[in-house]
Amino acid sequence: MSATGIGAAVRRKEDIRFVTGKGQYTDDVVRPGETRAVFVRSPHAHAKIKSIDAAAAKEMPGVVDVLTGADLANDKIGNLICGWMIHSKDGSPMKMAPHPALASGKVNCVGDAVAVVIAETMAQGRDAAEKVKVDYEVLPAVTDPAKAKSGPQIHDVAPKNTIYEWHLGDPKATAAAFAAATHVTKLDIINNRLVPNAMEPRAALAEYDAGTDNLTLWNTSQNPHVARLVIAAFVGMAPEHKLRVISPDVGGGFGSKIFIYPEEVVCLWAARKTRRPVKWTADRAESFLTDAHGRDHVTHAELALDANGKILALRAKTIANLGAYMSTFSSSVPTYLYGTLLSGQYDIPSIYCEVDAVYTNTAPVDAYRGAGRPEATFVVERLVEVAARQLGIEPADLRKRNFIKSFPHQTPVIMAYDAGDYHASLKKALEIADVKGFGKRKRDAARHGKLRGLGFSTYIEACGIAPSQAVGSLGCGVGLWESAEVRVNPTGSVEVLTGTHAHGQGHETTFAQLVSERLGIPFENVSIVHGDTDKVQFGMGTYGSRSGAVGMSAIVKALDKIEAKAKKVAAYMLEAAEGDIEFKDGKFTVAGTDKSAAFGDVALNAYIAHKFAGADLEPGLKETSFYDPTNFTFPAGCHICEVEVDTDTGKTEIMNWTAVDDFGTVINPMIVEGQVHGGIAQGVGQALLEGAVYNKEGQLVTGSMMDYTMPRAHDLPSFRVGLTETKSPSNPLGIKGCGEAGAIAAPAAVINAITDAIGTENLAMPATANAVWTALQGANPRQAA
Amino acid sequence: MPAVSMTVNGKTVTGDVEARTLLVQFLRENLRLTGTHVGCDTSQCGACVVHVDGIAAKSCTLLALQCEGAKITTIEGLAEPSGPLHPMQEAFRENHGLQCGYCTPGMIMAALDIVRRRGNDLDEHTIREQLDGNICRCTGYHNIVKAIAAGAKAMAKGGAPRQAAE
Repeated sequence: MSATGIGAAVRRKEDIRFVTGKGQYTDDVVRPGETRAVFVRSPHAHAKIKSIDAAAAKEMPGVVDVLTGADLANDKIGNLICGWMIHSKDGSPMKMAPHPALASGKVNCVGDAVAVVIAETMAQGRDAAEKVKVDYEVLPAVTDPAKAKSGPQIHDVAPKNTIYEWHLGDPKATAAAFAAATHVTKLDIINNRLVPNAMEPRAALAEYDAGTDNLTLWNTSQNPHVARLVIAAFVGMAPEHKLRVISPDVGGGFGSKIFIYPEEVVCLWAARKTRRPVKWTADRAESFLTDAHGRDHVTHAELALDANGKILALRAKTIANLGAYMSTFSSSVPTYLYGTLLSGQYDIPSIYCEVDAVYTNTAPVDAYRGAGRPEATFVVERLVEVAARQLGIEPADLRKRNFIKSFPHQTPVIMAYDAGDYHASLKKALEIADVKGFGKRKRDAARHGKLRGLGFSTYIEACGIAPSQAVGSLGCGVGLWESAEVRVNPTGSVEVLTGTHAHGQGHETTFAQLVSERLGIPFENVSIVHGDTDKVQFGMGTYGSRSGAVGMSAIVKALDKIEAKAKKVAAYMLEAAEGDIEFKDGKFTVAGTDKSAAFGDVALNAYIAHKFAGADLEPGLKETSFYDPTNFTFPAGCHICEVEVDTDTGKTEIMNWTAVDDFGTVINPMIVEGQVHGGIAQGVGQALLEGAVYNKEGQLVTGSMMDYTMPRAHDLPSFRVGLTETKSPSNPLGIKGCGEAGAIAAPAAVINAITDAIGTENLAMPATANAVWTALQGANPRQAA
Repeated sequence: MPAVSMTVNGKTVTGDVEARTLLVQFLRENLRLTGTHVGCDTSQCGACVVHVDGIAAKSCTLLALQCEGAKITTIEGLAEPSGPLHPMQEAFRENHGLQCGYCTPGMIMAALDIVRRRGNDLDEHTIREQLDGNICRCTGYHNIVKAIAAGAKAMAKGGAPRQAAE
């Protein structure tokens, strides 16, 4: 292993600009003559728009224009779409309601934009926005997914607010297995609604060039090409070749920046209308109201076991809240990213899952770190833990009895796991966490009036999203391959254009490690280019822990072609047969001789083309690859959380955290560990602190960072992180992906630990001090004083 | 519009601002010092932390006019333009104390203030408690805590906790 090659903890290239304040985020980009967009948003969750009077606003200082939903409709700007078709049990397609970028006629959640002020400055825009008079007729609202079907109907196309009633698995076989079971564990679970809260708020800057009729959008996107595709093909803003999308440095995404949002559409439209660049940057209040939220499931789940603790079957019935509109990929999250993972790491003969997706008068809900897989893991890992307690079997032992042991393994819910060793990760985690010493630690804690608990989460996820044919057959509107273009310059330096996008993952470093190792050239001589549709031809972006498994695989394929072409050039240079050229450590050698040419010399010769005629070989050294994976990848591992609960206050403190993950091949262990840390923090946030709360009128009660508890440094411990490795056979590098594991594993580990400590299973997330204290009173009521 | 004058990263700057202009807006929009970020509207996240007369402050919570005559240091002022990184910047890079980079300038400026107040030998508990005003969504803080401890030590060794532009 070289100091900068695969497996080395190389310090990140991108950090120099970030630690010196020279990052270039969307709001940092300034275009000459730019204006600011300020949105007028609905204060009501559900209301008819009786009238909008913008006359006074238009007279305000600095106002360029005020535009409404009626103007948008007049200009025939199309609706936003959800790109994954789900069919109900009865075969009917999902009920996708119209989603205009500015509401027209009716608003369906607080924060729904009804008008936009374009002004010279932000302050002028805000002043003017206050003068836009909107007359609403307030309608009753529904926010609780469990009550959505009986609530006021939100969209004409969706009776009972039902988007689909989907199912997966074999209901008969599952029912039969439950009938034969000696033990059934039942749980009612609420997977709490979360606000992603990437630290950089969403932003959009649009510019229209009247000379060329081209539109350019700078935005905070995880997938600029998909944004361009949707805005061109569905919204109809401009033909794809007349629209450029640039997603520069992006300050975190966690899923929330995958989606195509109304503000991007409005900025583009307004820029063309006003002939001025238009910039919008969300303030945090807007982020809370309008970023797609995550999770929000209500589930009843059951696990059937025999007398030996062998799992016979699992069934789950879930209501998934998709909010007021169907966001870009929202339909897939509670279905194919959820139901398909309900087998966990276990050999479960029968599974049946039903999911009803509903509209409510809340912000749209879509993928948030893990997306469906945290919800599935929470169901499975809570069921297994509770079953173990009910049966008096050690939780680790019950897991071992049911682990899948041979691969490939076909689950009853579509997925075919290709590789893994679940015993290995559990064993290593048990050692690192010193589970043997837990009993003593628990007794010590008791002497200090604390309840100590231990919780496991042996999670699995499906990443490397995804084989195009497979997702196509499940309703996805796009293919989920990835592209790479490797441009070797005449001087031997290399640019790699990737269709993935980095917003914290460090691709500029890890991708360069791959190229440096493969071509035997200095790490410093490699640049990674991403996030600009004018530079990168096409790509599907970054989410679902796909950039390594799919994006880097595309680079490998392009590098294969580079090597093949370079060998031809070297053969001419060295006057040898192409088949005799060997390439190693950046040098082309004629086999069995000392005749060689360095990579840089071959690159130069490819471009000057003095040694070969164009008829024999094209000049240049640039290759492209589109890589489509053969399967999902299946990262898995074991997280163990150890907590202490203060019985007086209910406050939980995480004493130890052990994570042992199998991510397949690791390119940069420093970056991988960082991804694990961050994922765990978000999972702990869900378990202990975070919860988006709407009141029954539809107001977001947790609408700022003062009300919505973001994890802070003192809420978290340091983490003990270990790795095991089985390589994924589904991509050339053996990578599985690491970005979401922590967020998927953590919530179940925390809740399993707290419930172990307090001795009751009746505990919802977030397990705040108040919630835990209340649960403690239920479990062990104090005598009245 | 009233005029305001202050020293930013060692340079005297003046500008005409609306009275309601926040310091962070003055830095970002008037001076184009975009390293200082805005992550919330409620003084919770700390992405906007700068030093005002040597003390950390959230620049979203100060009016530009309140800083008349003040000495401001932003993330751009920590290292000489073509010189080495400040030890705290280097520590963040060395310890992978950042991912998306958005909270990082505020984290580094807050970290320097922790060193100013609590010295160069910082334990994990102290750092975690003292970072209460800064939110990171990417790192889980693990490596930020390591970076601040290492950066504080490196500053002691270098004997140069003074910032380039102060």
